[in-house]
Amino acid sequence: MALYRYTWRTFGRELMLLLITIVFFSPMYVFVVLMMKSTPETYAANPLGVPDHVETANFTTAWAAGMGRAMVNSIIITAGSVVVLVFLGSLCAYTIARRPGRLSGTLYVLFLVGIILPTNLGLIPVYVVMKHLHLTQSYIGMIIFYSGLLVPLSVFLYTGFVRTLPREYEESARVDGAGVLRTFFRVVLPLMRPVTATVAIIIGLITWNDFFHPLIFLNGSDKEPLPLAVYSLAAQYTSQWNVLFAALAISMLPMLAFFLVAQRRLVATLAGGLRG
Amino acid sequence: MATGPDTAPNSPAGGGSRRRARFARRSGPGLGQAPVLLAVPAVLLLLAVHFAAPIAGMWYAFTDWSVTRPAQWVGLENFREALGDADQRAALLRTVELATIYVVVVNVLALALALALNRAIKTKGLLRTLYVLPALLGSLATAYIWQYVFDYRGGLNLALRTVGLDSWQQAWIGDPDWALWAILVAMVWNTVGLTMIIYLAGLQGVDSQLMEAAAVDGAGLWRRFRHIVLALIAPAITINVTLAMIRGLAAFDQVMALTGGGPVRSTETLATQVYKQTFELGRYGYGTALSLIMTLLIAVAAIVQLTVMRSREAQI
Repeated sequence: MALYRYTWRTFGRELMLLLITIVFFSPMYVFVVLMMKSTPETYAANPLGVPDHVETANFTTAWAAGMGRAMVNSIIITAGSVVVLVFLGSLCAYTIARRPGRLSGTLYVLFLVGIILPTNLGLIPVYVVMKHLHLTQSYIGMIIFYSGLLVPLSVFLYTGFVRTLPREYEESARVDGAGVLRTFFRVVLPLMRPVTATVAIIIGLITWNDFFHPLIFLNGSDKEPLPLAVYSLAAQYTSQWNVLFAALAISMLPMLAFFLVAQRRLVATLAGGLRG
Repeated sequence: MATGPDTAPNSPAGGGSRRRARFARRSGPGLGQAPVLLAVPAVLLLLAVHFAAPIAGMWYAFTDWSVTRPAQWVGLENFREALGDADQRAALLRTVELATIYVVVVNVLALALALALNRAIKTKGLLRTLYVLPALLGSLATAYIWQYVFDYRGGLNLALRTVGLDSWQQAWIGDPDWALWAILVAMVWNTVGLTMIIYLAGLQGVDSQLMEAAAVDGAGLWRRFRHIVLALIAPAITINVTLAMIRGLAAFDQVMALTGGGPVRSTETLATQVYKQTFELGRYGYGTALSLIMTLLIAVAAIVQLTVMRSREAQI
């Protein structure tokens, strides 16, 4: 029974693991230290020494150089996409899970195929159509695109969950005279809260950090989200690592806060959600 | 509950109950039933983005459509150009090379970490959470951190100087021989934690009593790993390898952040070429053709992988 007991060998292994972890995260140390330094300090003999003060100018410079605006854009786009996908996904999944017959089965398979098929090939047709409809360089357009891109994931996660929900609550609500929509919003949606959290976390993460699609749909507009702002700021402040890293820190702040608040939930979601 | 149709279709329905269900639907939705209308918006979006657009894209790959020219059928011309161009061929091979190495490195590291963390280690929870952090911070942001590390006046050279290996200093990103490896490192660092989490979830299913029994029976570490652990986490391996393969073949963010495809086009990948040809040069037809090549590559890789994994899963 020695395999899972804590012995001296386990201790040695743990020590080594901690050492590996320190090496693994050493870039993080560099990142944190540099964002606190003034520009001359970053070119001193030892730029990576522990800083004696925090150069707040880095952060104000970065904020003024577009990070502030981008933060607002990112929040609008991410929140919009999450809300739309929660409603689209849950409503569709409810229908698929609760409607007997072949149509539901076919739809479910179509959504599954949608998760697997790469979408890159369709990007140019989508881009051209959206441009004609004046939906590029717009919040609404970006949110609509994300809704299309991620709706299979949302429907898939919701359907799996609704299938495990007992029907009794909905049925008694209907017997009491509530309509379909009323039953859905008053009874079903509240019951879906755990899977809604999963959907929101995964879709929030994907949209918040996405660089590729905003580069296509929002590039050059005043609606650029954080990754795009970081990208143009990096080109503008070449070799001014302190300002660039301050900008990165700003862009990471909401995710970090979220990470600190909900790390358990998060890790469980990433393990379970990605497993499908 | 006398309203049969709601419960009957749940059971594997015979002809009779299906007819009853259909009858019930015609006379208005039953109690626990939702009208199809609720699914329509989601289905339309699905069909538009995941089916109609890629199919349209497939057609445009055979045209010379561009910003200045309407689409005209040119047959295989785009593919001939792509495969005839030495730079484009190099980008294609580089993408496959990068993806293959990335898949191996990220999975081996992640599995090793997961196995180490699965033990009775005190800091297990903390470490597990910590390793996920880079994935949360995003591919672009973490790439910039690595850009500093690999900069000529950056972290790695500083470290080399400190330990007296001055002659090893390099302009890592500025050197065509090294730049791709810098990208690989940034990609692995960004995703190894996420991959590890999926392995850990898989390892949770490995019964510790089974492992103990095997150990008592004299199975060494390697045999326990090979015959028990590997067999039981086979599904996790399939998922991780597939995800990593797709990520590797579509590598874009880190390339754009670290090198932009340079120096002298030595880090161009299929994805950066798709982007540049299509959206910077406005060559929609040619860009879609490259995109089609990338899609086929991903599809072939995924199918081969799933087939191999399936047969291996069956074998073990």
